[in-house]
Amino acid sequence: MNSNQNILVKLKDAGFQINDKWLVKGVSLQVEKGKIVTLIGPNGSGKSTTAKIALGIYKKIDGSVEKNTDKIGYVPQKISIDWTLPLRVYDFMLLTENLDEETINNALSLTGVTHLKNKNLGDLSGGEFQRVLLARAISKKPELLVLDEPVQGVDFTGEIALYELIKKISDELNCGILLISHDLHTVMSATDHVVCLNGHVCCSGSPIDVAKNNEYKALFGEQASQILTRYEHRHDHVHTSEGEIKKN
Amino acid sequence: MFDDFFIRALIAGLGVAIVTGPLGCFVIWRRLSYFGDTLSHSALLGVTLAYSMELNIALSVFIISSLIALTLIHLQKRTNLPGDALLGLLAHSSLAVGLVVIGFLTFIRFDIMGLLFGDILAVTVKDIFVIWVGGALILLVLKLIWKPLFASTVNYELAEAEGLNPDRAKAIFTILMAGIIAISIKMVGLLLITGMLIIPAAMARNISDSPQKMVVYSIIGGLLSVILGLFSSLEFNTSSGPSIIAAALFLFILSLFNIKQSIKLKN
Repeated sequence: MNSNQNILVKLKDAGFQINDKWLVKGVSLQVEKGKIVTLIGPNGSGKSTTAKIALGIYKKIDGSVEKNTDKIGYVPQKISIDWTLPLRVYDFMLLTENLDEETINNALSLTGVTHLKNKNLGDLSGGEFQRVLLARAISKKPELLVLDEPVQGVDFTGEIALYELIKKISDELNCGILLISHDLHTVMSATDHVVCLNGHVCCSGSPIDVAKNNEYKALFGEQASQILTRYEHRHDHVHTSEGEIKKN
Repeated sequence: MFDDFFIRALIAGLGVAIVTGPLGCFVIWRRLSYFGDTLSHSALLGVTLAYSMELNIALSVFIISSLIALTLIHLQKRTNLPGDALLGLLAHSSLAVGLVVIGFLTFIRFDIMGLLFGDILAVTVKDIFVIWVGGALILLVLKLIWKPLFASTVNYELAEAEGLNPDRAKAIFTILMAGIIAISIKMVGLLLITGMLIIPAAMARNISDSPQKMVVYSIIGGLLSVILGLFSSLEFNTSSGPSIIAAALFLFILSLFNIKQSIKLKN
């Protein structure tokens, strides 16, 4: 009963098709409070589609989606904003929720873009825009965060910092996160549960379990699997080096 | 100096401008110029209906335009034709049917020019009432759906994902568009209503850096266009619609200088 209350969104045998072509089929997964679930898989494997099913953007689906929260923050993979709109970062932060000045400033400073507050959205670089997207999604203190490749185009150091931030947010707000990421290193460090997609769920489980799975190896190649097993080794190391950084 | 009819026209025109300002911004943001055209063309059918069945013009235009809008949404889902082809199809066929019906109504004298381009002489006290009450209603509803409508204009999927119900907002906005066309048809005429929606908003876009500012400038631009347009209409004895739109164009051209300056400053 208690575990049921913690479930924010639950997909059961969910699938979606356009013009008789299945984008993804037979996906079952659940995101619980305070947990990070990561979707991995090659291009076109249905990661974004799965996220959109979970969010209710796709409605005519197979199977079922059970959503137990309305407080959702979403960072889409692609966002095409029409520049006929005069839109500053500040206006964008208020897009779906009325927030006070302080909340906006806090969120922007968490992702390191406070200085862009009054800039036009169209003038931002790809990485800056991505940080603004993330700031907007977390600013409303959601119960469920859906992040579709949230750090694309962000520089290397920024990427690590943002992933740390995502982990921190998940702990602090006790919110569930559905994350789509290509970066296998990061996926494995912060994730509670990994779902490997290729048009269907090809394997799922804890990061280490997935790394050992043969289907995963077949999909990503032996090398990727080695990254992960190496990662298993490097896991402690990252933590100590993280500590060192903090000492500085 | 002013006859009564002029004051009536002014009050009516200002009422229209206050409503077309914010709606026009959405027409530009959502790229609905041709949608506006289609609705206003279909308004002719509404007008003929009003005459033949002795209905209120605004009411019957509102009903017909709403029907055309719903038909369009339905056809978009049901056919493989591109959106602009459907818009053209509905715009011109409803215009044509409207004109054909006029041909049958030989017992009524029609001022076609007034219908197409607006006629300040025709504005009655009742029209003013319809414009201001209808306009207030439109603005009220627009304010209520502002958040979901604006969010889905920026990005549909974000709005949908975060629970704002953008489809409902879009449907309501479509009805509001039919509403503004219904109340402004006498002033601006059905061929030029879209101009009243687009040109002040386009002018505002040139000088705004936020959506709120654009809405405010768009309203101000519309008000100025009505005042300038109606005075010159009186002065040169021209139709009210074209005069107002020409004034709006004049303001738009002025706003272009502002862009040049700001681009210069940036460089």
